[in-house]
Formats: sequence, structure tokens, C-alpha cells
Amino acid sequence: MSNHSILEILGPVMIGPSSSHTAGAVRLGQLARGINGKPFSRVLVGLHGSFAKTYRGHGTDKALIAGLMGFAPDDERIRDSLAIAKTKGLAYSFTEIELEDMHPNTARIVFYNDDHSSLEVTGSSIGGGQVLIQKIDETPLSFTGSYPTLIIDHIDRRGIISEITTLLARYAINIATMHVSRTQKNKNAILMIEADQEFPEVLKKDLNEVRDIHAVRILNLKEAPHVSQC
Amino acid sequence: MYRSAEELVAMARSKHCLISDIVLTKELELYEKDARQTYEELGKIYEVMKHSAYGAIEDPKRYRGKIIGDEARLMEDYSRKEGTYLGPVASHAMAMAFSTSLVNAAMGRICAAPTAGASGILPAALITAEEMFHHEEKEILDALLTASAVGELIASSATLSGAQGGCQAETGTAAAMAAAALVQLRGGSPEACFNAAGIAIKNILGLVCDPIAGLVESPCAKRNASGVMNALASAEMALAGVMSLIPFDEMVLTMKQVGSQLPASLRETSLGGIAITPTAKALEKKIL
Repeated sequence: MSNHSILEILGPVMIGPSSSHTAGAVRLGQLARGINGKPFSRVLVGLHGSFAKTYRGHGTDKALIAGLMGFAPDDERIRDSLAIAKTKGLAYSFTEIELEDMHPNTARIVFYNDDHSSLEVTGSSIGGGQVLIQKIDETPLSFTGSYPTLIIDHIDRRGIISEITTLLARYAINIATMHVSRTQKNKNAILMIEADQEFPEVLKKDLNEVRDIHAVRILNLKEAPHVSQC
Repeated sequence: MYRSAEELVAMARSKHCLISDIVLTKELELYEKDARQTYEELGKIYEVMKHSAYGAIEDPKRYRGKIIGDEARLMEDYSRKEGTYLGPVASHAMAMAFSTSLVNAAMGRICAAPTAGASGILPAALITAEEMFHHEEKEILDALLTASAVGELIASSATLSGAQGGCQAETGTAAAMAAAALVQLRGGSPEACFNAAGIAIKNILGLVCDPIAGLVESPCAKRNASGVMNALASAEMALAGVMSLIPFDEMVLTMKQVGSQLPASLRETSLGGIAITPTAKALEKKIL
């Protein structure tokens, strides 16, 4: 059975020229900005594969910086985003990088935050404007941002998952998918949850009170799905 | 619901309705939307299409690519001359297709239909119909629904990606979508809509994807202009009663098979075809 919404075929409405190299890159920047969640004034963007080879021709650099400033994929300011970044005091630099076993349209974005912390987000543009976040710092993850997403840095401790899901149940949030990954037993772990409805901001406060939770990120970026590619 | 054009046509025939009526019902059931919301979304899409189809005709300085730039304006000027082969309608339709391709190349706003690289064809076809026959907006939006059904069937059974299926998957799909829409707008039957779509695919079967310097500019823009001609010609054939001897569903599977038989060098890698001609290589050196 064919199951594509008409908006997947007639869309996305986007800034050209390429859904994977332009629209997907904006979306990647937007998502990375949401994951970082803090004010920043400098980014270092590493481009891998086809992104590295063709970014100027497709405006991938303008698209990523636009997304990092929070612009949407159909925002006409994208073509002027590098100049806008300068006026906003956002410093950026692009380098070509080689990553092992990564999709050809992959970017690694390093945020230098105003509170002197830094964060690295690696993600790929997988076609039709759709993206996949692959890594936050060194932790492998996999999510698209098409669903409201909750990301929790915590210590791998017995019972902590149940404390988190109990809180979600209290806010009547239905979990669509859930993934836990850890670097080592009893050490740092990341929990990623995708839900059908948006996560309320007040949830963040409650989660921050749970013992052994270090950071809570809520991403409520929603967008119509699409399958077209170019 | 339906899995093929054959089933979709059978449903439309038994309910004595248009393809677009079936598509709308499915959209509302699957995505829990209401009709008003869906027509609003389609209306916004058509607005974006109109802007892109006129952008480079009205403001040719703003919308230029790195290797293309004057095509929309040249075609529009030519469409006002006497003694042209196809008359003003065809040249104007090509001007509009060029315009969207130029807006896309210049980082303007377009609607990927079904892709950014092939985004010029469907707008040019629909606006041609609206300008000639003064359709109500609802009729145009219904034609968009029918076009989306054609695109959806191709997405489900084959591919819309130039990297996977070559240019036939992008501009071929767009021309097939536009052809079906044009037939519905002139009162053609659901069968005739898919005859037009099948003929449009047949006309460009095997078309390779070989962009100069990897940019979505050349030969893409010209294939958008000729793509709207393909859509108009296929619609005229179907409206005249010409059948697609090979049914649409079989054409889609054929397109998929031909796409997978294309070597990687002819699937959006710029390692073959036009992209490696001496002139293309010289252009590439100049702009990059």
C-alpha cells in the first residue's frame, strides 16, 4: 500500500537548490542548535563526503549557518545567512573532514558556548530534506527530530530509567521509541526518547531533580515528513 | 485503499468520481486532517509555485545560477514574437519552467514537486492551464491532488531520486504528474489521466542525471523546460484518445528497472554524460 502524504510528494517548500544539500542542511543546523540549547558565539563545522566536495555549489555552508541561527528551510534569508551571522556576532569556520562509515552528507558541528562549555553534534542529511542525528559528543545516537525528542545525560544506575518514565507517565506522555546507550557500566549514559506529543518545559525541572541526571534537552521541532530526493 | 493506478482508476470509476476525490479521502483518513486544512496546505503550495514560476521572468537579475541565468527572460520575450513554431503558450510555459529552475538555483523559495531539481514542470503546467482556461482555484488544487497520486505511486514502486534512478525519476515523474493534472483539468477520464502519465514516462525513459559541476542547473533547467512540453504533449495525446499501450503501472516498474541498470556514472555523480564533456569541465573550472 502506498502511504505517502500528498505533502511528501508536493514538498517540501524550501530554499533551493537541493533538498539534501540545502534543505536538509538547514534542518541539521536547526536540530543541532536545539540539542546544544545554550547561547554560543562560535561554531566549527566539519564537512564530510559529498558535503565537503560540493558545499559551495549547493549553498550547504549558508544552509547550515542559517539553521544554526534558527532559520527554517524555507526562509529566504538563507542565501544571505553568512552576512547575517557576521552582523549577529556569530563566528564560524568550515573544514573538510573524513569520518569513518558515515553517510556522504554528514556534518560535525562544534559549539563554543558563552558559558565556556562546548558540545559536538554529528548528523547526516539522508535525502528529501530529512536528517539523522548520529552522535552527541562521542555518544552514538540515532534520531530524526521529526518527533518531539527528549535527550537525558545521566549516570548508568539501576532504577534511573524507571524514575524517568514514571515522570513521563505523570505528564501523560506516550513514548514512541526509547534508546539507552552508555560509554561504560556505572558511567555516563544517554537516554533518548521520542514521543507522540510535545514535552512540556516544566518536565525539565522535574527531571533535573532526579539524582544522577546531568543534563536534559527537549527538542520540540516538528515538520511534515517527505520522501522526495535530489 | 489502492496500491496501483489500476486499482485507483477502478475505485474512481465505481464511485463516479475524480482521482483527486479518492486521494483526498485517503489523505483525510490516514493523517486525521479535514478537507479545509488540506486545501489550505495545497493553496499555500500553489502560491509558492506561482511565485517561483514568475520570479526569474520578473526579476532576472536576482535569480541567476552560477552557469545559467537568462533563459526565462529569453523565452518570455520570444513568446511575444510572431511566427514561432508552437505559438505563445508553449514558449511562455517553457519560460515559467526555466523561471522556477532559476529561482531554485539562486537559493530562492520553491516547492519540490517531486524534487527541487524537477520543481519547474508542475507549476508551469498548472499555471498554463489556469491562464488559458481560467479555472477556479479548487479545480487547480484538485489537479494538484491528482498529480500527487501519480508521484506517490512512482515513489512507492520506483524512486524519485536522480542518484538512484537518473533524471527520468525526477523530471520524468514531474512530467507524468503534470500530464495527469492537465488531463483532469480538461475533463479527461481517470483512465486518460494515467494514459497521459504513462506516455510522459515513456517519452523520457532512460534519461540520465549528469549535472555540470554537480550543480542543479545544467542540463536540469532545460530538462524542466522540455519536461513541461512533454507534459503538455502527453496530455494532448491522452485527451485525443491515444492510449498508453503499456499501462502506467508497468511503465513505473520499467522506469525502476532501467534506473537500476544505469551505471553509477550517470546517476548524479557528474562522472559521465554531459558532465564530463570538455566544455562542461571548462565551465566547472571557471566557477569552482
